[in-house]
Amino acid sequence: MAAADFDIPELKDDIEVPKLREGVMAHVKTFPAPKAVQDFMGYPHELVEDWKERAIEKMGDLLGKYRSLKVFLDACVHCGACTDKCHYYLGTSDPKNMPVARQDLMRQVYRRYFTPAGKLFPKLVGAKDLTKDILDEWYSYYHQCSECRRCSVFCPYGIDTAEITMAGREILNHVGIGQKYSNEILGKVQKIGNNLGLPGPALEDTLAGLEEDIEADTGVPVKLPMDVKGAEVLLITPSADFFSEPHVESLIGYAKVFHAAGISWTLSSYASEAGNFGLFNGNYETMRNVAMRIRDAALELGAKRIVVGECGHAWRVAYSFWNTLTGIGYGGDDPFSIELQKQLDPSYPQPQHICELTNDLIKQGKIQVDPSVNDEFVVTYHDSCNVARASRMGTEPGGQFEIPRELIKAVVNNYHDMADGTIREATFCCGGGGGLLTDDLMEVRVKGALPRATALNNVVKEHQVNFLALICAICKAQFTKVLPKYGFDMSMVGGVHQLVGRAVKLD
Amino acid sequence: MIYAGLFYIATVLLVVGLIYKIFDYSRTPAPLLIPTTPAPTTKPGVVYRMAKEVVVFESLFKSNKWIWVFGWLFHFGLFLVLARHLRYFTQPVWFWVDIVQPFGKYASIMMVIGLAGLLARRFLVDRVRYISTPSDYLILVLLLAIGASGMVMTFVAHTDIISLKEFFMGLMYFDIQPLPQDPPLLVHLALVATLMVIFPISKLLHAPGVFFSPTRNQVDNPREHRHVAAWAARLERNN
Repeated sequence: MAAADFDIPELKDDIEVPKLREGVMAHVKTFPAPKAVQDFMGYPHELVEDWKERAIEKMGDLLGKYRSLKVFLDACVHCGACTDKCHYYLGTSDPKNMPVARQDLMRQVYRRYFTPAGKLFPKLVGAKDLTKDILDEWYSYYHQCSECRRCSVFCPYGIDTAEITMAGREILNHVGIGQKYSNEILGKVQKIGNNLGLPGPALEDTLAGLEEDIEADTGVPVKLPMDVKGAEVLLITPSADFFSEPHVESLIGYAKVFHAAGISWTLSSYASEAGNFGLFNGNYETMRNVAMRIRDAALELGAKRIVVGECGHAWRVAYSFWNTLTGIGYGGDDPFSIELQKQLDPSYPQPQHICELTNDLIKQGKIQVDPSVNDEFVVTYHDSCNVARASRMGTEPGGQFEIPRELIKAVVNNYHDMADGTIREATFCCGGGGGLLTDDLMEVRVKGALPRATALNNVVKEHQVNFLALICAICKAQFTKVLPKYGFDMSMVGGVHQLVGRAVKLD
Repeated sequence: MIYAGLFYIATVLLVVGLIYKIFDYSRTPAPLLIPTTPAPTTKPGVVYRMAKEVVVFESLFKSNKWIWVFGWLFHFGLFLVLARHLRYFTQPVWFWVDIVQPFGKYASIMMVIGLAGLLARRFLVDRVRYISTPSDYLILVLLLAIGASGMVMTFVAHTDIISLKEFFMGLMYFDIQPLPQDPPLLVHLALVATLMVIFPISKLLHAPGVFFSPTRNQVDNPREHRHVAAWAARLERNN
């Protein structure tokens, strides 16, 4: 199933805004989900006969449930501020990858069926009847958006294309065209407990193997416990941390931090996944069902703290939505939340990011680190989109930028940021987020990574950067695969806790 | 008489349309906290963030300096011009309207320059041309024509401002007075009525919309406060 051949964009000195090339990415069609997958999710598995009515009906349903969608579809004035902000437009030059044009794929239909102007004067306001061609365009272009929210930073009304993309995918699912990659994963996480579909015994084996490796390496019996009742911390981490490189190095890093700080902790075989692809498809109930496993595991194991590992969109869901979806957090006064709050330790934020935890431990002197062990590295840090623009760490706005940087600088001696305008709130997505991390979308992924690769190339040339530090499982997987296409060595990609794990002193 | 009827109808459509849209936005739930971060962690912080968006177009400034310059010139010019027009609807004229009066006169130039710039971008920038619909051009042309016809009366051929004021005061107190029959005035007023009518059914809804934008008006406090929409809370009964 080799993806179609395509040209790798050339790295230039600056991120350039390309001239429009209409339709150059229209051929991209991610693999549709097969019957078994759609059946499990409760969606039809092929385009239903009355797809048009169902699509409009679903759109109306979503418009009534989500203020974001309604306001965003109304408020856009086509000013053009977002047109040069999307990494997929910058990398592909297809105008339908401009955020406003991506939104307009839905807005034209919204206007036709839901607004007086579009009903009366469709041509005048760019309103169009929903046709199969438009539905096909939705399928193409709503799977060329990583829901990274960069456009929403720059929109004068805060219009977030991610909300439109999510709604678009949800409608597509309802008429029977779901995406194989995301929906398969949503099945696995709900049936088995993680996105990779790893059963409990396989996890146990892996963890035992890692314990042996760490002890052989350091002489210290660092443990990676699973399903331990009464442990203080329940760690929820992306399942890629168990098997993938370089992800597993960060898992080792977390284990060493807990060991050094003397904090009892556990993983859960029932909730062995931080990632929640429910976010990508805009289905509240699916997202809630996936998140609920974590709450159940926390209650079952009696954990007092819930800590989340290195995963970008998982941290968005955990930080911004877990309290809403599951009551993990504070302030709920319903029986549902009160039960959980009785158990959780109120002296810590719930949930807490692993970077918050580790950074606090270092600042309080509870663990010691030796940054000189990382002297071979010149490090830069990529702000993952969901962490940067959809969540926070610490108590101050922007803590999501400062805390990971503070932590990195505590464990390495050579650090350089990439250029302004490509980091922090303006960070460029890795190109693989939002349910696009699949081989059938390789062209989109490679081209979408162009702005980030350009900024990275500049610090590589200027400061000899040789380590790209990340706190997102998707970013790690995407960059190891895609950066080599731009001539970078894949070994330069790694986790923040990979650096921490090397530097932390273990006795 | 035609103009009196026109303005009553336009006013009713504008007011009813806007009230309906605002009611519709406020009754539609926002089930998830989705502020674009970094975001304020307190309500006063959100008020400050929103004030910066509305008064100085902060996000647009980050985004594109040309759109920001033209957009801000237009909106701020329009604001002063509208403030100046209050003198046709108040008796005695409020003191601050008198102060704004001379600025409002020249603000029309800002407004027209801003609009011309925005219109030029629609033709000249390939990305903006691609996304423009006929209504995007027409609304700019409509506003330009309103500005230009107004400027004609301010700077070239004055209209009978005393009778005009009597006309509008009459409208407000349901005592219809004759309207001066100057062509620039008739054009100006007809276009303004058109603008009022299309306001609640067009992209001009960005004006109330910005205040309802969840990415800008939400407090970033999800770990401290549980936020649940009514329809989402119903899901919990099944547990």
